[in-house]
Amino acid sequence: MRNVAIIGTGHTKFGVRTDVNLQELAWEAIKQALEEANLDQKDIQYFVVGNVGSWSAEELPAVVVGEYSDLTPKGTMRVEAACATGSAALRDAYLAIKSGEADIALAVGVEQMHQSPNPQVVELIGRAGDYFWEFENFGLTFPGYYALHASAYMAKYGAKEEDLGKIAIKSHHYGARNPYAQFQKEITMDEYLKSKPVAYPLKLLDSSPITDGAAAVVLASEEVAKKITDSPVWIVSQGVASGTANLSKRTDFTHIEAAYLAAQQAYSRAGINFDEAWRFFDVAEVHDCFTIAEIMAYEDLGFAKRGEGYLLAREEQTYIGGKIPVNVDGGLKAKGHPIGATGISMAVAITRQLLYRAPKGTQVNVKHGMGISHNVGGTGHYAYVTIFSTRRPSS
Amino acid sequence: MTINDVREKLQQQISQLISSLDQVVQMYGMPIIQDKNGNPLWIDVREMTLRYQIPIKKVQKFFEGLKEGKILATKCNKCGTIYFPPQDDCPKCKISGLEWVEMPDEGELVAYTIINVKPPSFSHYQDYIVGIAKMKNGINVTAWVNSKEVKVGMKVKLRITKREPENYLTYELIPA
Repeated sequence: MRNVAIIGTGHTKFGVRTDVNLQELAWEAIKQALEEANLDQKDIQYFVVGNVGSWSAEELPAVVVGEYSDLTPKGTMRVEAACATGSAALRDAYLAIKSGEADIALAVGVEQMHQSPNPQVVELIGRAGDYFWEFENFGLTFPGYYALHASAYMAKYGAKEEDLGKIAIKSHHYGARNPYAQFQKEITMDEYLKSKPVAYPLKLLDSSPITDGAAAVVLASEEVAKKITDSPVWIVSQGVASGTANLSKRTDFTHIEAAYLAAQQAYSRAGINFDEAWRFFDVAEVHDCFTIAEIMAYEDLGFAKRGEGYLLAREEQTYIGGKIPVNVDGGLKAKGHPIGATGISMAVAITRQLLYRAPKGTQVNVKHGMGISHNVGGTGHYAYVTIFSTRRPSS
Repeated sequence: MTINDVREKLQQQISQLISSLDQVVQMYGMPIIQDKNGNPLWIDVREMTLRYQIPIKKVQKFFEGLKEGKILATKCNKCGTIYFPPQDDCPKCKISGLEWVEMPDEGELVAYTIINVKPPSFSHYQDYIVGIAKMKNGINVTAWVNSKEVKVGMKVKLRITKREPENYLTYELIPA
């Protein structure tokens, strides 16, 4: 199997993007990624479009994005893995190159949630669990699914409301320094504690927003990448796992089993020891659709022991300069969470970090040349953990 | 409030939206409005109402059970797995036609939330509590928790209730 590198990245401003439609938004990211890679559409042999949709009008988004971006007639598909859709799109393009099917491929994630009014988005996303046994009868909302985890976690380990608040404050701290972020404003603990309840124990300031945005990456095989760029960022490994749609079928509500399994796979392929995983990485992007998700991510990735993730937040060990910087682009919480784009946005953020191209005030000190992304679809319905490095993988 | 009141209220809201859209078309010549950022938006004039038809034949017995006052799960006689929500296929043993067994009514709450921001289709309810309880047989059940007080670890009972104002049978958790 061949090595695969990221050779171009593109990222739009996240937020309310009613100034463009879905395909125009995707094109902003695609154009940037093509320019960075110094390639034209004719060089792209295959492209994948990550989009969850249902809130936006186009029924076959891969096709309209391909048409608008002049990528037609190259082969394409639309992928969906809930909030991990971007990572699924990345995976498809990565595998196409790894297997030798293509030498250069593009993955774009795009979502335009504001094509529907917010209440309708709440309705649609609430249906993202087991429709009949969770939504139709019991009206679970998406924050509600994570709130179930939060109540179980807090009861078992004694984490406090303020510990969740620490995560939100950190995200907004870095979001304020990221020109692509939806919220470029710091928040205080007082503002956090007073914010409106959404699904107890989660509040508005525990939650990622409804967002529009796109992100794209151009991937190439080792042979091609070397000809195009002298600063490729390699995809070292990727772990992927799934969980039940119906939360009641799970035995544990204090962690996300699929994410833990995906991490184990990615670590094993990269030769990383789970208990010391944090020592390997300069930066991590983890799925913080709600603050509790980031705390569980610390544990599922081996950055903290079980039940101690909230202490990492409490002690501010995930800021730049701490044990391991996490979500220093603002995370889903402040950067925004355009569902189909999020996974690719994480890949773009890590790539730019490793190449010292992060926005001022968010750049980490790159010592190991390695970064990791953790992207969860639904509440562990899908999970993707991807390891990136500036050093060429040995196999 | 009856379910008809709920429906009428919803229909009124929809009619208001449509008539204001008609006004926009009259005034502007096209269904274009400006959003709060000043961006022009075309408002879809092709409305779609979705209501799915979900086949329940394989678990029909569950719904018959509710009418008879029983909350049923299925059990694979070969491997002993109990399925709730019920399903008639055991994918582990690759057999169908599982046995129907009654769920125990005693359990303990393992997680809960209070839904404050509700989907529009649930907007006619007061804020509701959704919990997951681990029942005596080790199987989890998700349902509304009908209680003023709620905390993880509390003992609960599973019982059949009528969902108002829709007036259909379902199940809920109440303090034991």
